[in-house]
Amino acid sequence: MNASMPVRHTQAESDLFERFETSKSALSGSVAVTALREAAVDQIRDRGLPHRRVEEYKYSDLRAFLKSAAPLSESADVAAAKAVLDAQDSYGELERYRIVVANGVYLPELSDTDALAGEGVTITGLNEALAGEHGAQLLSSPKSALNDGLITLNTAFVQGGVIVDAAEGVSLSKPVELVQVATSRGAQVTRNKVTVGKGAKLRLLETFAGDSGQGEINSVFDYTVADNAFLATTRLIIGGGDAARLFTTIATLGAEAEFKSLGFIAGPRFTRNQQFINFTGENSEAKIYGVTMAGGDDLADQTLIVDHAVPHCNSREFFKTVLDGRSKGVYQGRINVAQHAQKTDGEMMTQALLLSEEAEMANKPELEIFADDVICAHGATSGQIDEDLLFYLRARGIPEAEAKTLLVLAFLSEAIEEYDEDDVTEGLESRVRDWLAGH
Amino acid sequence: MLEIKNLHARIAEDETEILRGVDLTVKPGEVHAIMGPNGSGKSTLSYVLAGKDDYEITEGEVLFNGENMLEMEPDERAAAGMFLAFQYPIEIPGVATMEFLKTAMNAQRKARGEDALSIPDFMKRVKAAANHLNVSMDMLKRPLNVGFSGGEKKRAEILQMSLLEPSLCVLDETDSGLDIDALRVVSEGVNKLRSPDRAMVVITHYQRLLDHIVPDVVHVLSKGKIVKSGDKDLALELEKNGYADFVDAA
Ligand SMILES: Nc1ncnc2c1ncn2[C@@H]1O[C@H](COP(=O)(O)OP(=O)(O)OP(=O)(O)O)[C@@H](O)[C@H]1O
Ligand SMILES: [Mg+2]
Repeated sequence: MNASMPVRHTQAESDLFERFETSKSALSGSVAVTALREAAVDQIRDRGLPHRRVEEYKYSDLRAFLKSAAPLSESADVAAAKAVLDAQDSYGELERYRIVVANGVYLPELSDTDALAGEGVTITGLNEALAGEHGAQLLSSPKSALNDGLITLNTAFVQGGVIVDAAEGVSLSKPVELVQVATSRGAQVTRNKVTVGKGAKLRLLETFAGDSGQGEINSVFDYTVADNAFLATTRLIIGGGDAARLFTTIATLGAEAEFKSLGFIAGPRFTRNQQFINFTGENSEAKIYGVTMAGGDDLADQTLIVDHAVPHCNSREFFKTVLDGRSKGVYQGRINVAQHAQKTDGEMMTQALLLSEEAEMANKPELEIFADDVICAHGATSGQIDEDLLFYLRARGIPEAEAKTLLVLAFLSEAIEEYDEDDVTEGLESRVRDWLAGH
Repeated sequence: MLEIKNLHARIAEDETEILRGVDLTVKPGEVHAIMGPNGSGKSTLSYVLAGKDDYEITEGEVLFNGENMLEMEPDERAAAGMFLAFQYPIEIPGVATMEFLKTAMNAQRKARGEDALSIPDFMKRVKAAANHLNVSMDMLKRPLNVGFSGGEKKRAEILQMSLLEPSLCVLDETDSGLDIDALRVVSEGVNKLRSPDRAMVVITHYQRLLDHIVPDVVHVLSKGKIVKSGDKDLALELEKNGYADFVDAA
């Protein structure tokens, strides 16, 4: 493949190849997994990092953004991970279980492993499983995500992560926070596989703590929601720093299943949160929400493909974006409805609020429908703060900055309220305020 | 308290002149009524006083307690005691009414160097005011003005006014949209606020409001100018004969 190399590699790409050479012996995996990693690196060699001439990355040119690639983070020690965790405050007083992955590796010492086992949820490290007989299966992708650039990058370098299994019928009393911790600079590459068994209910909180420096954060979350099961997952992608935040969701839903997710982005320089949602059983529902804030030169991309491959499923996509400075927001959402997926109900809406003249929103909602008996709708709006609303609030003595804050919160709250996980989203208002005050 | 001198204002966008030399002096304790044909500039005058930036002041001045009001931001005017009850109160989805009331009251207190209200104190005040104005607490649980009926919106404006305790109240057609009972309740609410150190400017088309809120002075605004001023009998005369006499004069 090298012989026919069509691209001149960027510095970051060369760094990645060097990263692979230096770390491949340390990266775990069976022979088959190693072969997948090598194939992934070859793919990067052939195609380069995702760039704007690849349709899916038209607005989010990772290749242009990454000036270099840092080495992978080194394995974390427990004390250092604990110190980072103690210094952060993701969900304050909210009662929750915790699973800790530090520098890509599961740390049972800091996780509520036993308590979770008591509730019927088992946690294992991804590393051991990658080395096992079925390791390669852990890295598989659905059809809609095949050859995706971020997943390829993840496959090449995945350091670890966790496998979370909620047994059939369990219903957890508290949400589970899966916190990824960086204790040192360097790339953080994880893959987490979460299975919610038949009839089980799980609420997951995905957070990140620490500073990876220039090292990219690349996490793939692969969820399986079995028949009659429920999964709600809240992903916080917050904070400054230059590290690229690259997140992928793969969700596979059984019959009568319910999946809800909220992707909350505030502040990073470059974020892509992409989701591949796949219906494989009838009468299921997926509700996907996005709340995005970007300022300065930030780029924030929420991309999703919802595959209605079977009949009688509903999906709702509702995304809100607030942009300031010279930032760029991207929403790409596609609902695919296969020919036999009759009675599909899909409703997609993306709305942007622009706080500055220079900010830019690329809204691309798409429907690809091959069935004839479906209800599908999409809409996109983009606008500024309504001056009349602002004036009304100011005429009551509320200073301009606070009045704007109230209107931004009002705008975003529509999606947050519809997500309907109040205990979990309670703290988001202060995050919005922090972002408005500090970006 | 309020001195408007030769005020000229035009629409910033297309430079159409709306106010063409308004003169008006309102002393503490007084109630002035402004009447006038549709489109004569009554709401424009109220917006200019509140600080809406759709309008450009080309001439004249406005003094509020001796200070140049035109240089103040809308929120500074409010904190200084200016209140406008809007002709068309706007709906603000996503902003909870109670949260809004608390934010507004505390913002004004802060601007005046006072402490924020405690939650119980705030609740007590809201309940009392709502009770006087026949506003249900259920209505206040909704987003600001959202889904309120026309009359409910007007009542909510007067509720805000009672809570914010302004020294200058400008009421723009607060009576329109109110049923007969609501008109009485709202007028009582307004009258309760009458005091020797508070002034009111009441914009209306109808005498019936002025039966309840009896004005000291009545003005006729036509084509952006006050063309006639008199006592409360002027309103009765207008009710009978219409504006024809004065409009032609302007
Ligand atoms: N922002 C604006 N843009 C365009 N025209 C405006 C604007 N504001 C006011 N006008 C025009 O200025 C004139 C005066 O309007 P204003 O609302 O002040 O009248 P009014 O006396 O309050 O009338 P009404 O009795 O119907 O409430 C009208 O012709 C109106 O159309
Ligand atoms: Mg008017």
